[in-house]
Amino acid sequence: MSEDKFVFTAGLQKKLLIAKLIGIALVVVGILFVAFGGHGHEEAAAGHHYHWLHRVWVNLWINNIYFLGIALTGVLFLALQYASQAGWSAYINRIPEAFGGWIYVAFGLTLIIFGLGNYAGPSHFHIFHWLDSSLYVEGGENYDAIIAGKQGYLNLPFFLTRLVIYFVLWIMMFRFIRNESLKEDINGGDSHWRKLRVYSTVFIIIFAVTSSTAAWDWVLSIDTHWFSTMFGWYVFASWFVAAIAAITLILIWLREQGHFMQLNSDHLHDLGKYLFAFSIFWTYIWFSQYLLIYYANIPEEAVYFLERVNSEQYAWVFYVNILLNFILPFFILMTRDSKRHTIFLKIACTFILIGHWFDFYLMITPGTLSENGGVGFIEIGMAVIFAAGFIYVVFRGLAKASLVARNHPMLEESLHHHV
Amino acid sequence: MATNNKYLVGVYGDDDITLKAVKSIRAANIKIHEVFSPFPIHGIDEALGYKHSRLPKAAFMFGALGLTLALTMQFWMLGYDWQMIIGGKNFASLPPFVPVSFELTVLISALGMVATFLIASDLKPYKKPKIFDIRITDDKHVIAIDLGQNKLAKEEISKIVADTGAEEVNEKSFD
Repeated sequence: MSEDKFVFTAGLQKKLLIAKLIGIALVVVGILFVAFGGHGHEEAAAGHHYHWLHRVWVNLWINNIYFLGIALTGVLFLALQYASQAGWSAYINRIPEAFGGWIYVAFGLTLIIFGLGNYAGPSHFHIFHWLDSSLYVEGGENYDAIIAGKQGYLNLPFFLTRLVIYFVLWIMMFRFIRNESLKEDINGGDSHWRKLRVYSTVFIIIFAVTSSTAAWDWVLSIDTHWFSTMFGWYVFASWFVAAIAAITLILIWLREQGHFMQLNSDHLHDLGKYLFAFSIFWTYIWFSQYLLIYYANIPEEAVYFLERVNSEQYAWVFYVNILLNFILPFFILMTRDSKRHTIFLKIACTFILIGHWFDFYLMITPGTLSENGGVGFIEIGMAVIFAAGFIYVVFRGLAKASLVARNHPMLEESLHHHV
Repeated sequence: MATNNKYLVGVYGDDDITLKAVKSIRAANIKIHEVFSPFPIHGIDEALGYKHSRLPKAAFMFGALGLTLALTMQFWMLGYDWQMIIGGKNFASLPPFVPVSFELTVLISALGMVATFLIASDLKPYKKPKIFDIRITDDKHVIAIDLGQNKLAKEEISKIVADTGAEEVNEKSFD
């Protein structure tokens, strides 16, 4: 087959830069609205001028977690293909492979945003409540027996150690996979593919543990009193379906730009099945978490949902979340034909990507901004900035190597994929 | 068109030849009754010009029926006929009904699909199967052509089938 090469043109880079500038402009407009728009509540009156900054930090954290997850589960998707010796996906493997580049960026962003969000500004505007050291002083004014009981796990040195370990392991495994895949392009043969299977299996095992603990650390611990045994799975399901939607959208876009000319509707069908199945999987996990808490009705558990459903800021997000992530994808992708046509896939992928952003918004915002939260220019602008940055990194990754792993031993099978 | 229960049976030894034969026989405007093979042949559905199965539509409708039945049953039982206080919840509350509704949706849709498939494929328990050639369960592929449904003469069809690489062309009739 002929060489398929993606060129990251100056025009494209300019478009992404413009998108980024629009995002920054939206954030600035949003900040002006919040800071001078008389949005103040009585509770926030004491430190009112910090209010917008707090909201910006929280938004940085939401998008950081969301896009890191897409990159990470993109690599997981790749690893699953190798570990299961899948043939159909060999043609499109380079797209999730390019996602991994964002993990490097996310490492820096996580450290910076974590530092900024917790050590700048007044302490009651921080993202992580448990970092307040006065909570642990026995007999003190702020002493919190529940949080003090979790100190063995939730303390800053251990938290930072875990954070670094996660990223080092993820980046290391991604580098192994990426380098081996690039070497395969040059040398051919199946020895690289065999090594890739081993690396992928190791990555999956590491990911199985770290994705759960990372979800506890970075999302669950925001609502420090609350706990849910489903949470790691819940965050993983949300990440994974968003990553598959991102892979599908980028693949369709590249196809429309004249790449992947041998892509057939059976490849799309398989991606559509993935989307359909994991939308239902996410709903299953979401509902399992909800039903148990609803039925047991233990106050310290139920408060998590009461904060969301009974609040004027978040109730609509709660229902939009289910609409965008379950009801719409479920009915759009139900028939065989809709999974094989790009227009339906594009609509479903857009809904899923927006929907899972809202999912993370709903996990993080109520515990940090409580009644000061909202969806406005800051939220939209920040998501646009991150999306443009993410696409920039992915496109750079795609342009670095051939768009198709040309010596993949199963490429021929993939090109003739037929279901 | 009516059938007169007289069939022409082309026997093939190779799946690729069978696939090509199906295409050339259909190109000669001959209607094929059925193809039998010991293993699935890739692409034979398209070659035979089969339309997509309507089974998924039946599945959806049975699923909707199951969901309706499940919700009606639970709302009637727990919400109206025999109200019980469980965990301090309302008599009729949706979340605990979801698992049962899900199970019944799957059950009715699965049973309905099986029934639909059996009826659509005419697989009655007392049905006497038409076996065109006993070797279709072993190593031969068979293309059966219903003579009653084709206008061409038997000899002409026989010649066309033989030309497509059939090892044997037999005639078979059922009572």
